[in-house]
Amino acid sequence: MDNESHMSEHQEETPASSPQVEAAKTVWAIVREKFADAVSPLDENPSMPFFEVLDTDAWLDIALFLRDNPKLRFNYMACLSGMDYPDEGKLGIVCNLESLGEHGHTIAVKVKCARDGGVIPSVARVWKTAEWHEREAYDMYGMTFGSHPDMRRILCPEDWEGFPLRKDYQVQESYHGIRVPY
Amino acid sequence: MQELGLAEQGSLRVTPDGENRIVIEKDLSSEEMILNMGPQHPSTHGVLRLECRTDGEVVVEAEPYLGYLHRCFEKHAEMTDYPGIVPYVDRMDYLAAMNSDFAYAIAVEKLLDIEIPRRVEFMRVIVSELNRVASHLVAIGTYAIDLGAFTPFLFCFRDREHIMNLLEWVSGARMLYNYILVGGVSHDFPKGFSERTGEFVDYFRPKAVELQKLLTENEIFVKRTKGIGMMPADVAINYGWSGPMLRGSGVEWDLRRADGYSVYPELDFEIPVPDGRFSDIGDSLSRHLVRAMEMEQSLNIIEQCLDKMPSPEGFDPRAAIPKRIRPRAGEVYGRAENPRGELGFYIVSDGKSTKPLRCKARSSCFVNLSAMKELSQGQLIPDLVAIIGSIDIVLGEIDR
Repeated sequence: MDNESHMSEHQEETPASSPQVEAAKTVWAIVREKFADAVSPLDENPSMPFFEVLDTDAWLDIALFLRDNPKLRFNYMACLSGMDYPDEGKLGIVCNLESLGEHGHTIAVKVKCARDGGVIPSVARVWKTAEWHEREAYDMYGMTFGSHPDMRRILCPEDWEGFPLRKDYQVQESYHGIRVPY
Repeated sequence: MQELGLAEQGSLRVTPDGENRIVIEKDLSSEEMILNMGPQHPSTHGVLRLECRTDGEVVVEAEPYLGYLHRCFEKHAEMTDYPGIVPYVDRMDYLAAMNSDFAYAIAVEKLLDIEIPRRVEFMRVIVSELNRVASHLVAIGTYAIDLGAFTPFLFCFRDREHIMNLLEWVSGARMLYNYILVGGVSHDFPKGFSERTGEFVDYFRPKAVELQKLLTENEIFVKRTKGIGMMPADVAINYGWSGPMLRGSGVEWDLRRADGYSVYPELDFEIPVPDGRFSDIGDSLSRHLVRAMEMEQSLNIIEQCLDKMPSPEGFDPRAAIPKRIRPRAGEVYGRAENPRGELGFYIVSDGKSTKPLRCKARSSCFVNLSAMKELSQGQLIPDLVAIIGSIDIVLGEIDR
């Protein structure tokens, strides 16, 4: 079965914009009005509409605004994923937010930082979900989160070398006398 | 009096009690002790270490240490093509592999734009609901054993065995099925499977009631769990709790209803939340009750699916599975209701490769367990066991 033919078939059926995208547009407009150029235009893809926080330092304020604004009320952080963007020379996070039990809308937010020594403001105090997820992102990618209450590795051992999910990761030869590559 | 002098320093409490009598209570909070619970401890349900700072019998704070089962799922996923990831997903939450496969399939299919045959959808729902019952049976059984009740554990495992046999029949494996594939399922139901599943549902209904009677109405069990590990609804949401944990705090939120994926919108089922008659809303008992009540709803769902499922004539469960799974460029966050809560996959595809650029698993127990530090504060050590048990963790999914 040919994949491409399936795709083109489906694209004709899909309406121009799904309810998820429409809701994301409304959300983005409210954030844009408040933070202007600190946020990028909305990426209106049908599977996961997102915007990017261009001014990394504004992320904590934006997070609080997203959670507490009565029209937004993103009280639930479903997921926070670390990301490596080697082409841009950056690391980043992708947050999937949802207004649980209130508006029901969802949106994704991306925040990026420099690949070497990059710092992203921590939102662990905004959503407690972020505390462990930010530790995991640090563990796997190596960006740190400013004013995080407990910035340690979480899944790898404390004395592990390197950050495993970076695209250019080279595994260490040995760990406490145990050969690592197999 | 020398002791009154000590009282001013805070290590003694002196209270007058009637005529010419005083009660002197010696304060034992002078020394804190570190107590390691785990990594090998039956009540941690896997390899988890809790570092408890204790003050006598009271836990000041318990800090979980994870990673003993870390197998770099996400790194492996970046080096494996899409169908090859399914077995890895099985091994994350090994007690509910069907549900995990389902969540993964949903996520990838969002980037594929393929139409899933209707019968496949029903088959997926049936096997995942069976697996949900099996998973809850383990959760309830082991929870009972943590709290000293042995019989319910045996009852749970006896009935779970029937589900294991059914799922083995359909997929060839008892626990790690590799059955729900991206775009379909690996085999059609064997002849007679639907009838046997129906028989199981009829068999299990009274057993579920029996289990309720044995455990939920058991005073010892209730005393150990009621009012222990309280979690208010707003804090639970802030922690990102989902599934039975969140519903135990009284929030009626279930992805099967909220997202309405697969054929769930066509099915009639309730989302059980505790009403406060048996438990204090948000305590360990509530979370246990939600699981117990959910099993009944799962039976209802299975029954309806068996009725509504289209006939197998001319049906190919692999018809919609693409030969080469190469999703269009883009990113997606797909999720499903796992027995432990929201299991989500964040997948990034570059549109050219048959392997994902990024595949992040949002583990439900990982998020649920992150509240442990707060839940443990000021609890007694035996209550700590009751709290961990009520979270129903599977370390394979937490550590990935």
